[in-house]
Amino acid sequence: MACSCCENQFDDLTQYISGVFDPEHPQSSLISILHHAQERYGYLSKDVIEHIAQVTEVPAAEIYGVVTFYSLFKTKPQGKHRISVCMGTACYIRGGAKILEALEDMLDIKPGETTEDMLFTLSETRCIGACGLAPIMTVDDKVYGRVEPEQVKGIIAEWREKAEKV
Amino acid sequence: MSITLTIDNQQVTVPEGTTVMQAAEKLAIRIPRLCYHPRLHLEGSCRVCLVEIEGMSRPMASCTFPVYEGMVVHTSTPEIRDTRKTIVELLLDNHPEDCQTCERDGNCELQYLAYSTGVRERHYEGEKKHYEKDLSTPSVIRDPDKCILCGRCVRICAEVQGVSALGYINRGFKTVVTPAYDAPFSESVCVTCGQCINVCPVAAFLEKDYTADVVKAIEDPDKHVVVQIAPSVRAAIGEGFNIAPGTPLTGKAVAALRRLGFDEVFDTQMGADLTIMEETAEFVQRFKEGGPLPLITSCSSAWMKFAEHFYPDLIPNISTAKSPMSMLGSMVKTYYAEKKGIDPSKIFNVGAMCCTAKKFEAARPEQQIETSAGMMPSIDRVITTRELVWLIKNAGLQFANLPDEDFDPVLGISTGAGALFGATGGLAEAVYRTAYWMLTGEDLEQVVVEDVRSVAQGIKRWTAKIGDIKLHFAVAHGLGNAHQLLRMVRSGEEKFHFIEIMGCPGGCIGGGGQPYARAGEGVPLDMDNLRKRAEALRSIDSGKKLKCSYENPDVNRIYKEYLHKPLSDKAHKLLHTHYKPRLPHGVWNRDVMRTD
Ligand code: FES
Ligand code: FES
Repeated sequence: MACSCCENQFDDLTQYISGVFDPEHPQSSLISILHHAQERYGYLSKDVIEHIAQVTEVPAAEIYGVVTFYSLFKTKPQGKHRISVCMGTACYIRGGAKILEALEDMLDIKPGETTEDMLFTLSETRCIGACGLAPIMTVDDKVYGRVEPEQVKGIIAEWREKAEKV
Repeated sequence: MSITLTIDNQQVTVPEGTTVMQAAEKLAIRIPRLCYHPRLHLEGSCRVCLVEIEGMSRPMASCTFPVYEGMVVHTSTPEIRDTRKTIVELLLDNHPEDCQTCERDGNCELQYLAYSTGVRERHYEGEKKHYEKDLSTPSVIRDPDKCILCGRCVRICAEVQGVSALGYINRGFKTVVTPAYDAPFSESVCVTCGQCINVCPVAAFLEKDYTADVVKAIEDPDKHVVVQIAPSVRAAIGEGFNIAPGTPLTGKAVAALRRLGFDEVFDTQMGADLTIMEETAEFVQRFKEGGPLPLITSCSSAWMKFAEHFYPDLIPNISTAKSPMSMLGSMVKTYYAEKKGIDPSKIFNVGAMCCTAKKFEAARPEQQIETSAGMMPSIDRVITTRELVWLIKNAGLQFANLPDEDFDPVLGISTGAGALFGATGGLAEAVYRTAYWMLTGEDLEQVVVEDVRSVAQGIKRWTAKIGDIKLHFAVAHGLGNAHQLLRMVRSGEEKFHFIEIMGCPGGCIGGGGQPYARAGEGVPLDMDNLRKRAEALRSIDSGKKLKCSYENPDVNRIYKEYLHKPLSDKAHKLLHTHYKPRLPHGVWNRDVMRTD
């Protein structure tokens, strides 16, 4: 069934869904639809989920359940850069929590939140397999090892500068 | 094919496909359970129902395990009892310790399990979850702290009601049952039917409690407090006092309400007779003047909210007649108030209903009426059967020993048709009786329509012959069945003249405000229980001399003295309403079970 509120806005999503959606196995194609939508719109807004519900006839409550089950799906707009602090055992023991604390103080946000200027989103991760360099933090694909809380300020400044240049 | 197995040293023969739990029931063994419900898909997640099966290395969930020939089952070995107890202890670990102040105290399945498995102390002192209560609707309250994640609410909402307002969000310890987007109920497709309350084993869902407001109004000497009671309340209220289901208790309910201090006790069945007059007149008019048909009924408040979310395109087909409660409420604040010389703003109008959605209906702005003291809601508060049971217990009344009393005059007389309303098919039957008279001018001889009376069958079809006219009726109860039927109507696959839809399984008798099944013994929405409640209403009908709404002297007097005739301008103003599309849009859900 078409959803009139957002017909044009989500045209290509509708098209994608009609290509992959299998009404016999609604659940299995849902993940790839959500992936596609997140890539296209940056995050899974209420409007996007509502639209997917209308087109697939999978209730929004169920879709939202899938979205919140997997940590890779985001329901809020994400910052330009993603800062992750490892909370795996090795990193935790070697002061991961202190790094996170320093970042929280500096950016004035909690894990899962985004700075007001939409530049950074802060998150915690599980072990990323670089325990030898613990504690670890990453900004997008860049890995910082053996981080000290005092270094955090410099790292953030570095990325801020980069962003300003662009 | 039948299968013979041994359970606790007793042989039993059951059909193939039976589960161990069902087979044990044949031997009067009730294996403890939580997530299991006979009407819902099996989830097998709580593990409370574990049994030992010889040859298996570990205990198995009996609710999902099918029997096989020669199987040997032990349901109550020391090891099994121990394991069950541990499982219940773990559930309690993450559950508030407030049984004494909880509404379900004395009738909670978790409490019963703790008692029956022998939990006598709390062992684990773990982290407990904490969430805000959802108080956003006037009908249904959600308290996730109490939730033990059995999932019965999620499944009844999706599979039986076809609403899917609820889902699980997050995972692990953080899992919680909420509407989509973790939004409050008021921003969801929830239709406030209250079936989640009916199936919840604990107090994670409750109706919003208005008993305090009602008591306050009764104590207020300035207020004239009027109460009306729905047909289905008298068919089920006894269950709240351990009286066998299926006993109609009209007289005792009236006596109880009077002793609680209500100034006037009126009968919603009288309002039902009015609804039948208006709705049948509307039907006959549409039939003669070319539609739009089918005419779809509008008395069930949960169905009306469902229609606004899921079938807004069918709104032109839906009757504009208000529900019996709201019609009677309107008459109390206008006709009755004028007749008695009471200022309508001093009247406090209470509906005692089987229904949680009626609380929502009473609060709808478009249900307000114009009285001699200005615009106001016709009903001030709705309380459920359960709230009424509590009020009676709170007042210390021995319900079973009360005398039988009659309703107050003016708005107290009803016909059998009005009583039928509370059970599925009853409204169609009642409309048929009056339509026959309106179309032919003659009384109907055979008034009973067995074809629409089944409580088990979800969708019923029946063709009435009135002279040369053939009228096609359809009846659906439970919104999942409404979905099935309306999709066929929408696509043109099936055509009807008249469709009765009741939001709850069995009709109002299965309403979200009815007494809970007894923990450890009963089953919420048990088919047998619903059948007995329906029988109670049908026995009221067969015991009445007046069987058709147009024979009701109160109704006829109201038309003569006040409304003139059905569908008059005044009737339209006071007895009719309108509906409009409501967001979010609901979607049809593949998980809806077929029961027709
Ligand atoms: S614990 Fe942090 S990388 Fe392994
Ligand atoms: S009742 Fe069998 S697993 Fe829950």
